[in-house]
Amino acid sequence: MAFVLNVNGGTHSVDVDDDTPLLWVLRDVLGMTGTKFGCGMALCGACTVHIDGVATRSCVTSVDSIGQSAITTIEAVGATATGAKVQKAWLDREVVQCGYCQSGQIMSAAALLVSKPHPTDADIDDAMSGNICRCGTYVRIREAIKAAAQLTERGD
Amino acid sequence: MVPNHIDFRSAAADRSRRWVLKAGAAAGGGLMLSLTLPLARGMAEPAGADPFAPNAFIRIGEDGRIALTMPYVEMGQGTYTAVPMLIAEELEVDLKEIRLEHAPPNEKLYGNPLLAGVQATGGSTAIRAAWKPLREAGAVARIMLVAAAAKRWQVDPASCRAENGEVVHAPTGRHARYGALAADAARLPVPEIAALKQPGEFKLIGTPAKRLDAPAKVNGTAVFGIDARPPGVKFATLAQSPVFGGRVKSVDDAAAKAVKGVRQIVRLDDAVAVVADHMGAAKKGLAALAIEWDQGPNATLTTQQIADDLQKTTLAAGPVAQKIGDVDEALAGAVTKVEAAYEVPFLAHATMEPMNCTVHLRKDACEVWVGSQVAGRVQAAAAKTAGLAPEKVVVHNHLIGGGFGRRLETDGIVRAVEIARQVDGPVKVVWTREEDIQHDMYRPYWYDRLAAGLDGKGMPVAWSHRFAGSSVMARWLPPAFNNGLDPDSTDGAIDLVYALPNLRVEYLRVEPPGVPTAFWRSVGPSHNVFVIESFIDELAAAAKQDAVAYRRALLDKSPRARTVLDLAAEKAGWGQPLPERVGRGVALQSVFATYMAQVAEVEVAKDGAVRVRRVVCAVDCGTVVNPDTVRAQIEGAIMFGVTAALYGEITLKGGRVEQANFDTYQILRMNEAPGVDVHIVRSFEPPGGMGEPGTSAVVPAVTNAIFAATGKRLRKLPIDTSALRQPS
Repeated sequence: MAFVLNVNGGTHSVDVDDDTPLLWVLRDVLGMTGTKFGCGMALCGACTVHIDGVATRSCVTSVDSIGQSAITTIEAVGATATGAKVQKAWLDREVVQCGYCQSGQIMSAAALLVSKPHPTDADIDDAMSGNICRCGTYVRIREAIKAAAQLTERGD
Repeated sequence: MVPNHIDFRSAAADRSRRWVLKAGAAAGGGLMLSLTLPLARGMAEPAGADPFAPNAFIRIGEDGRIALTMPYVEMGQGTYTAVPMLIAEELEVDLKEIRLEHAPPNEKLYGNPLLAGVQATGGSTAIRAAWKPLREAGAVARIMLVAAAAKRWQVDPASCRAENGEVVHAPTGRHARYGALAADAARLPVPEIAALKQPGEFKLIGTPAKRLDAPAKVNGTAVFGIDARPPGVKFATLAQSPVFGGRVKSVDDAAAKAVKGVRQIVRLDDAVAVVADHMGAAKKGLAALAIEWDQGPNATLTTQQIADDLQKTTLAAGPVAQKIGDVDEALAGAVTKVEAAYEVPFLAHATMEPMNCTVHLRKDACEVWVGSQVAGRVQAAAAKTAGLAPEKVVVHNHLIGGGFGRRLETDGIVRAVEIARQVDGPVKVVWTREEDIQHDMYRPYWYDRLAAGLDGKGMPVAWSHRFAGSSVMARWLPPAFNNGLDPDSTDGAIDLVYALPNLRVEYLRVEPPGVPTAFWRSVGPSHNVFVIESFIDELAAAAKQDAVAYRRALLDKSPRARTVLDLAAEKAGWGQPLPERVGRGVALQSVFATYMAQVAEVEVAKDGAVRVRRVVCAVDCGTVVNPDTVRAQIEGAIMFGVTAALYGEITLKGGRVEQANFDTYQILRMNEAPGVDVHIVRSFEPPGGMGEPGTSAVVPAVTNAIFAATGKRLRKLPIDTSALRQPS
């Protein structure tokens, strides 16, 4: 059936089965390929998007569960103050390697910093342990989140 | 530290260079340099008849833009940043001025089978191979541009200099941008000798350059193979025979066809695919299929059978890969004899980007969109499967969401073309994670038998190492397998850093039935370094000596190894007290032309749970091109190795892989990640490989640390935590 989704500030009408995961609507139907497929079971976090600001695994979120909620993806998170700071910190710290998981890492990190502007190491573990990085960029992800928190603090 | 003497200038004058570098006018104007970048041992494919088959191109356009096309692909290792640094250094341009173009530069050129035949990225080879030729290419281009300016101004070239992308004649204040000189330069002869900078003159090499690929990877615009979207593309996913070697017996696809968005069911001999409007529908359709399989000859195969077969094989002698002195005599005369057997499991690559390939097959042409470490082989495999000449196949290579050796294979391309043969229009075949893990091509299972003889002081006088397992090289590059041996399976086992007077290494090739094997990050050393660094640790323990001091005493012939060992031990606080059930372990290696020592600090809980707290790494990888990339590669390689040590294991039951997704094939996560300290030794040796070494070194460092913490010697991977429980 047809659904009207609110993605990155725009509305999109899609005609798919009710139980279609949001991930495939974004990637294959709408052509927004920044959100990645990794496992299909909410085990790796590569598909993380924000739904009303909450980090959500789009691979297990059926399209009929979203309603009018605002979906934000990696393509638009840079338009938010926190998202822009996270992206800057990621570049400053040279976090990425292959880069495939980083959309999801950045979405998880941005949601963390909105809810906890000054996360502890334990907060970072809690928020980020659902995101796998096979290249092993964890050391730098942790540093970049802390650096982004400092950017938030200074307001620059 | 005093570097060994390296004469860069005489190396640059190597006359053989003219075989591999040509210059001339670029299509569309400007200067074009074409060169052949060598691929390191084992990675090169048989060359064609043409002695000059260029695979890298530098174009300086009349607009001043500099474009580089090269055979190496970016899969996270930083090659897209480090390789342009080599050119920019000698060409005297800012790194930002160099634009990387995805191979191919154009489809006509890419269709050249001679070019296609030599494209491979793997084995930590890119910087090692590109180090000299790309700096020379940059120097040659600079000399030609300077000569063009000097000719135009009627001055002596020696009175001109190149800087910041232009040629300057200081006495008259004249200057000209490279773009304005490129067409004239293209008409000049290629200089015989290009003197390269001495290390002290480097401006870029050795500085932490920013990754050129990073911005697109943080804003969602980077395009990986899985993101390719040719117009009209359909989406497919597949089920391959769960038992290796099985075939499709029957398919009931009625329910699958009823799924909204499902367009077509494609049946192959040993797989079934569902083609749909989007992957969600394809997956739902796949789940609705009822497939009956003819399980074939491997229906009862287990990992234990494979291990038993390897174990029995090592009871008899095998082809000798290395022989020093007389091991049997030395063993017979030794005061103490130490023996041990080691085993390492099959491992999956589990790249974050699951296997995928998009194909549009027409009557007499084929287009392929994929991220591959071997673009040339992709073209050949697609052509063969489609029944087309290679030049009819166009390959669009993409960024790679993790390679680690998996994308040195073309099985996924063959599958996609097989499916595309039955589909009208382009089709993107994406494997589910379960298919990706259950139909990977695995790091081989290895079984090793070691024996050493110690003298009265506990030092080794005899070393015997015999092991059995699959030869990936024998399949991947048959000419490299000779007399029962290949250079990869034995890498890290035959050229030890230690001075051992009597040594014998034997390798027995045994192919497991049905189970495909492939290269995996750190390749041969992923197995050999674990075994050797564990066993040397056993010898130190048998001799009741400190693990670092024992190794150090065997390093008289290897000063670079001694330096990294000393540095890692010092930085890790080796010898300082630790709490109960916390231990430090060391490992030392020289592989991929890089020397590395690691000290892992590991905590073993009372229930046996293992936590790697911190890893200190000292590395001498020769001249460092981009130090930040060196650090990043080591940090990541350590996570890769710790994952393997703690969790990595693919097992078979009933001929099927038992693991399926990240719940059963676990990857290290943020909350488990150790701190990593990297210390780089200043060196002017040629660059060594950096993609792999960190992985092989950390595994024995961790198990040796567990021995230090608990007294338990682990000879089989992954770590069995039940063996580490504290007796109550």
